[in-house]
Formats: sequence, structure tokens, C-alpha cells
Amino acid sequence: MSQLEYILQQVINAVSLGSLYALVAVGLSIVFGVLKLTNFAHGDVMMVGAFTTVLLIGLGMPFVPAMICGIAASAIAGFLIERIAYRPIRNAPDVTRLLTSLAVTYILENLGILLFTSSPRNFPLPDILNSSWQLSGGAITFTNINVLTVLLTFVSLIGLGWFITRTTIGLGMRAAAEDMQAAQLVGLNVNKVIVVAFIVASAYAGLAGVLWAAQAGVVQPQMGFTPLLKAFVAAIIGGFGSISGALLGGYMLGALEIFIIAFLPDTVVPYRDAIVFALLIAFLLFRPGGLLQPNREIKL
Amino acid sequence: MKADPRIPIAVGAALLLAAGVAFGAPHMVGDYFVRILLLIALNSILVLSLSLSNGFTGVFSLGHVGFIGAGAYAAGILSLTVQQKKALLPHLPDLLNWFSLPFLPATLVAGLFAALLAVIVGYPLMRLSGYFVSVATMGFLIIVNVVLINASDFTRGARTFTGVPLATTLPWVIGWLAVTLLVLARLVYSPFGRRMKAVRDDTIAASAVGISVLRARLVAFVIGAFFAGVGGSLYAHYLGSFSPNTFYFAMTMNLIAMLVLGGMGSLSGAIIGVICVSILSELLRSVERGFTIGDITVPALFGASQIVLGFLFILIMIFRPKGIMGDRELTFGLSGRSANQNHKEGKDR
Repeated sequence: MSQLEYILQQVINAVSLGSLYALVAVGLSIVFGVLKLTNFAHGDVMMVGAFTTVLLIGLGMPFVPAMICGIAASAIAGFLIERIAYRPIRNAPDVTRLLTSLAVTYILENLGILLFTSSPRNFPLPDILNSSWQLSGGAITFTNINVLTVLLTFVSLIGLGWFITRTTIGLGMRAAAEDMQAAQLVGLNVNKVIVVAFIVASAYAGLAGVLWAAQAGVVQPQMGFTPLLKAFVAAIIGGFGSISGALLGGYMLGALEIFIIAFLPDTVVPYRDAIVFALLIAFLLFRPGGLLQPNREIKL
Repeated sequence: MKADPRIPIAVGAALLLAAGVAFGAPHMVGDYFVRILLLIALNSILVLSLSLSNGFTGVFSLGHVGFIGAGAYAAGILSLTVQQKKALLPHLPDLLNWFSLPFLPATLVAGLFAALLAVIVGYPLMRLSGYFVSVATMGFLIIVNVVLINASDFTRGARTFTGVPLATTLPWVIGWLAVTLLVLARLVYSPFGRRMKAVRDDTIAASAVGISVLRARLVAFVIGAFFAGVGGSLYAHYLGSFSPNTFYFAMTMNLIAMLVLGGMGSLSGAIIGVICVSILSELLRSVERGFTIGDITVPALFGASQIVLGFLFILIMIFRPKGIMGDRELTFGLSGRSANQNHKEGKDR
């Protein structure tokens, strides 16, 4: 295997992983942008989507409609979480809201354990998605699910771009993210905007959850945890609350992780997550607004 | 003004009572209750140490369990016998593998180790506020977890760390709880404690009147970490065997729930929170195992108790965000006034 092919393979891996991170981070950023809420429950909304998809496939539904139902289930879960848990504390201090989202995580995760036990289940991926492409004599390999992940990420993000720049409610979301009070003063229905933001973000979580589980091959109640933490890093690297920032951060994080795995010595590789979270802390300290908002001030 | 002496006195009186319980309980009640008492006292130490930064200084750290884990592993490594070290940790550096410390010195070293770690971590991180400090300290917790899993020369990696002598008894824990309470009461109800609360309540105003925000936060963080390390050592010597994931998000969530339920600005509130959550989860756990009433059999529902606790937590956040005690203290009738009133009076003088 030549050097070039090895690098190309790693680029493919990085794009595939980065797409997943970007999808999760975008959802986190939408919620943070509008509500200034660090939504820990986002990872569990992913889990809801993935489990719904697996259960429906188990009942005999084909992959694509099952995935759409999974995304819908996530959107409904997000809607309910906002309505039941987040709305009553919307104007509470940061810490109260952070704690509430932690409690929601705790409930959903244990609900998952109660219903499905904590042992992992197989994700029944259709054969067509599992089949792999081999280029230049097997030196470069990727599967259809990798292709699908990247494609769906691109399509869904183009859709999101259209939504927040061309529709009234999407523009309202951006206005609310800019300045909630001013948006309210000029007659924006803030409640509606927040509900829509939650539904959109949770649908992204659902899509990300299904794709994550499809790539991993298993679903389990705690599956949302790791992607959530990574997405925090991605969102903060890019600039928390900014959608393009989340996208940039997601792909950069994917590239960084693959770089560590592929090119650094074996003794360093297990410390991958430590490096990633040290980077998070460094960003919070020295560039808290992320790459795209260098002037934001959050100290003290 | 000097620190109000009534609170430490009241605390001391309560501790004398507790000492009676500590030495008397094993003779009077069964092992099960002794175990629950011990866990309540142990968790009280951990929650009190958490309340210093999260409650009194307004720096909501999610990384506190990282210090507990660091303390537990440090104490575990120190107090294994030399033979056990050779068998379980063959690659331990020569510096550490020729001696074995008794319980008390190992615990003190664990506390100091955690405090040192807190100085290093806190010096940069205590400049952050709000959710940013929460996310950054969460990053610290994850880094600690990754290091514990991978530094297998010291920690046996993801495998269980075993062989720690089971030295944690009820009198030890109550004794450490007394020390923790006295130190924290002295600190929190002192002029420095008032500075901590000023930083919490209005950071900008506090720094405008010349309070060093970083210093107040860092002192709270480091002292909290010391007692977290001590608590970690007690925990290690209670469990005997543990793994890196013992000290991770589940424990974080548990401690935070206790703190928030009891009230974030109150030492007695922290202990009340521990007692309430401990009793509640014991009760729920017995329900969770499944039971039979007459002809009706309720099957085991694993995870149900956590779900109930989670809902309770959300209800508290919505309806009583300051917890059971809020900023008030139990003073056991010795002063007849709440600590808050004393506090206000002190301001007028």
C-alpha cells in the first residue's frame, strides 16, 4: 500500500467521522443559539431515534421508512422534553437549566435501560448498505453506509441552510439567537421559535443517532453519551451557537481524531480523548468564542 | 468581624452525638443500617466538599468526581502491601513499590494530591464562568478517566483495582466528617467566606470592590478538592476494589442530586440532601427488585429508582430551585436565629 493511498483512506475516514460529529454538533448549536442551554439530553434523543429505527426494522419495516420514523420519534421526544422540562425553567439561572438537562439525560438513559436493558443490540443494517467499495486493489475501502452518512449530512445541512435563511420561522430562529428580547419586542412569537428549534435540533439528533448506530452496528441506552461529549467539543471549537461553526468544528474534530489514530505512535493513541478534551479546555480559555467568533468575551 | 462561633459550636455538639452513634451503632443495630450510616457520612463528606465551589462560590464544577477518583487511586496505590504491589502492579516505579502507608497517612496524601491537582487545573479554569466552567471541568473529568484507564502501570487500567485494605469504619468516616464540617464552617462563615459568596452573587460587583475573583474561586476549589481526595481515599478503603468508571458520570450525577436537593448554599442542607437521597434510593431499590402483594407480583424494574430520582430532581428545579434548605443553616436551636440573619447583622455592624 502506497503512502498516498493510506492518506486517502484516512481522509475518507475523517470525512465520515466528521460528518457524524457535525450532525450532532449542529443540533446542539441550534438549541444553544436560541436558548443558551447546554442540552445534555441531546445524546439521549439520538438514542431514541436509533432504538425506534431498530425496533421498526425488527417489526419488518424497510430501512428507509424506519429511519424516517426514528427521526420523527426523536423530534417528538425533543418536543416533549422542551414542553415538560425546559419550558418551566426557561428564565432560570444557567446552572439550574444545565442541571435540568442533566436530569433529563438521567431519566432517558435509565428509561432506556428499563425498557431494553443495558446490553447492546444488533443494528440490522440492510446488505446493500453494508457492501463495501474497494479502490486501487483494496488499499482504499469504504462502505455504502459511509457514503450515505456523508450524503445525508450534506443534503440535510443544505436543507437547514435554506430553512434558516429563506423561511420566516427560520429567520425568527436566527433573530432569537441574536437577541431574544429584541426579537420579542418586534413581535416574534418566541415560544413558537423555541419549539421549532427544538424539533429541528432533535430531528438532527435522530438522524445522527441512526447513522451512528448503523456505523457502530449496535444500539444501547448509553450510546448517545460519547457522541454528545465529542459534539460539545466540536461545537465549542467552531463557536458555540453558530451552525456553520458546528459544521467546521465537527469536521475538524473528525480530522484530528483520525490523524491521531493514523499518524501518531501507538502509545499516544489511547489518550485520544484526553487530547481532544484538553483541546476543549484550551479553546474555552484562549478562544472561548471558537474559531468563527474570535471576539466573544465570556470570562468572569 | 470574627467568624460566628455559634455555628462551629453547634456543629461540634452535633458531632459529639454523631460520635456516640459511630461507636454505639455497631452494637445496637444490624450491619445493614451501619452500612447505610457509613455511606451517608461518606457521601456527606463528598457533597460538602462539592458544595464549596458549586454552592458557595458559584463555580458549577462537573469535574469534582475527578478529584475523588484521583484520591481513591492515590490512596489505593499507597496502602497496598508490598507483596500486593509486586503481584498487582508489577510495573510500578521503584519510588512507590517498596513501602506501604497506613490508612491515615495514605488518606492525607490522597487529599494533598487532589488539592495539588486542583491548583494546576483550577488556576486556568477558575477564570471561566457559567456553563463554560461546567463544560471545561467536565473535560477534566473525562481526561482523568482516560488517564486512569490508560496509565495501567499505576492503576491496572480498565481492570478492577483490588486489594485495598477495608480500613474504612464508621468512626473513621464520622471523624473525617467532623473535620470536614468544622473546616468548612470556619471557612464559609468567615470574612473570606463572605467574599466567596459575593463572587457567587455578583461577580462583577465583587471584583469592582476589590475582591480577587480568581483567588476566592481557587481557594474554594482547592479546599474542596482536598476533601474530595480524602473522601476518595475513604471510598477506596470502603470498597476495597474499584475501577475507573466507579468515579465517573453516575457518581457525579448522584452527588449533584444530593447537593441540589439539600440546598446549594448551606452546609447542613448538603447533609440533609445526602440523607434524603440515600433513604429514598434505599427505599426505591427495594421496590425496584420487585415484590409481591397478595396475588399481584410486581416484576423487577431495573433503573426505575433512577427515573424517579430524575423526575424528583426536575420538580425541585422547577418548584424549589434553592433546595430544601436554600441558604439557611440548621443551628440546633443554639442561637435561635438562622445563619442568614447573623450574616445580615454582621453586614450592618
